[in-house]
Amino acid sequence: MKPVAFEYCRPDSIEEALELLVEFGGDASVMAGGMSLGAMLNMRLVRPRAVIDINRIAALAETRREGAVFETGATLRQADALASAAVAAAVPLLRLALPHVGHYQTRSRGTLGGSAAHADPSAEIPLCLVALGGEIELRSRRRSRRVAAREFFHGVLTTSRAPDELVTKLAWPAHKPGRRYAFEEIAQRLGDYAIAAAACAVELDSAGKIAFLALGFGGIEDRPFAVDAKAFIGAKAAAATFQALVADAASKTTPLEDLQASAAYRRQLMRVLGQRVLQRAFDESARKH
Amino acid sequence: MLRRKPGEKHRIELTVNGRRMAGHAEPRMLLVDFLRHELRLYGTHVGCEHGVCGACTVIIDGRATRSCVRYAVQCDGAEIRTVEGLAAGEDLNALQQAFSRHAALQCGFCTAGILMSVTQFLAETPRPTEAQVRDMLSGHICRCTGYEGMVRAILEVAHSSAEA
Ligand SMILES: Cc1cc2nc3c(=O)[nH]c(=O)nc-3n(C[C@@H](O)[C@H](O)[C@H](O)COP(=O)(O)OP(=O)(O)OC[C@H]3O[C@@H](n4cnc5c(N)ncnc54)[C@H](O)[C@@H]3O)c2cc1C
Ligand code: FES
Ligand code: FES
Repeated sequence: MKPVAFEYCRPDSIEEALELLVEFGGDASVMAGGMSLGAMLNMRLVRPRAVIDINRIAALAETRREGAVFETGATLRQADALASAAVAAAVPLLRLALPHVGHYQTRSRGTLGGSAAHADPSAEIPLCLVALGGEIELRSRRRSRRVAAREFFHGVLTTSRAPDELVTKLAWPAHKPGRRYAFEEIAQRLGDYAIAAAACAVELDSAGKIAFLALGFGGIEDRPFAVDAKAFIGAKAAAATFQALVADAASKTTPLEDLQASAAYRRQLMRVLGQRVLQRAFDESARKH
Repeated sequence: MLRRKPGEKHRIELTVNGRRMAGHAEPRMLLVDFLRHELRLYGTHVGCEHGVCGACTVIIDGRATRSCVRYAVQCDGAEIRTVEGLAAGEDLNALQQAFSRHAALQCGFCTAGILMSVTQFLAETPRPTEAQVRDMLSGHICRCTGYEGMVRAILEVAHSSAEA
């Protein structure tokens, strides 16, 4: 199908984009890579009065290190993030997840910020941001704010972004020496959205105990979520611990049910993938000690 | 800032397969429709129109990407390569010949998009592994061939150009 007729606006600066968001009062779609918006427009699932194309705003594509935080501009392309040595060094978990995001032909155009704004429950980039405890920067004419990723995602394709706000950056807690990461997903085919995905960051202390543990899941519920693992800090990094942690987390979820997978299957995948990522990341930590 | 009203035609100048071309498009016109109906380059096919099947894949400013979820107005000044740019007249290029030799196409509906993906992919990854080739092909749907011939054709072209 073809989209409804819309006005096309191509701002050259963030300020111009924010003006347009006010002018159209929520009846405009921001166009980043268009890999999800294009489909929604063509199928007329969205019928905006205007499309605001942010692809020529150079300031939105920058990356930078700010102390313990690594910032990626909203329109940084997935392919460029995947090829970036700076991203691989600062956010190793994202580097592990990116090959699972769509395909060579969609990563070439799809953006990090677009994936966050779109908020598909199975999307890998939001999952990594939630697992690591990162933030989303939002700007509007009214204010500029940062929202914790763990609060930003509300449900399927819904976030705490207000209609006049533009996602301008993702802020990632940068890699610390000694930390190890793992990412795993199950999808029907290469590049498909995950039925379930798990991501973790871990650290061992010198006695082989768990010093740090962040674990998140995607595709299970209507948004990515992080598991509360406080009770396991100081525990022995062993298969039995991982099993207990993941079983506990799985018992507290209400998984989605759809044509691809039942709730019971998703819960099972959560246990299996959770254990797998923890085992892999801790094995790597142990090798480095 | 550029603004075009709904239905308002915008003049688009771009380079396609090394030639300067121009045409008109209202904001909602898909790039693939612009290529086909304004520029009369019918080699690029349209399948799903929502980014999934890969039939419409072209190379825009050095990136293999979908032309059905890109709008023509976005491509003012762009440099685009389509399947029409591969052969020299009637002489198929090495990749096209390998596709023919390995029965990597049957009906041909998916082929134009795949050839463009492969062209850009091999420029970036001249000596790919089979796993890399299969990963890249995951962005295309072919209902006829089962992909095996494509994998063979692509690896053959990569190996022979690496030797040359
Ligand atoms: C075949 C195919 C397979 C895919 N597989 C996967 C997959 O496995 N995993 C995955 O995560 N994704 C997948 N995707 C989607 C992914 O490619 C998109 O990149 C991503 O979902 C959206 O990013 P985008 O830059 O293309 O955003 P767009 O499509 O341009 O925008 C998406 C939404 O976010 C809004 N938006 C975008 N940027 C901003 C901003 N800066 N501020 C405010 N709002 C904004 C838009 O208005 C729109 O509502 C797939 C897509 C295709 C076509
Ligand atoms: S027609 Fe563009 S991906 Fe199917
Ligand atoms: S050759 Fe027919 S779809 Fe690929």
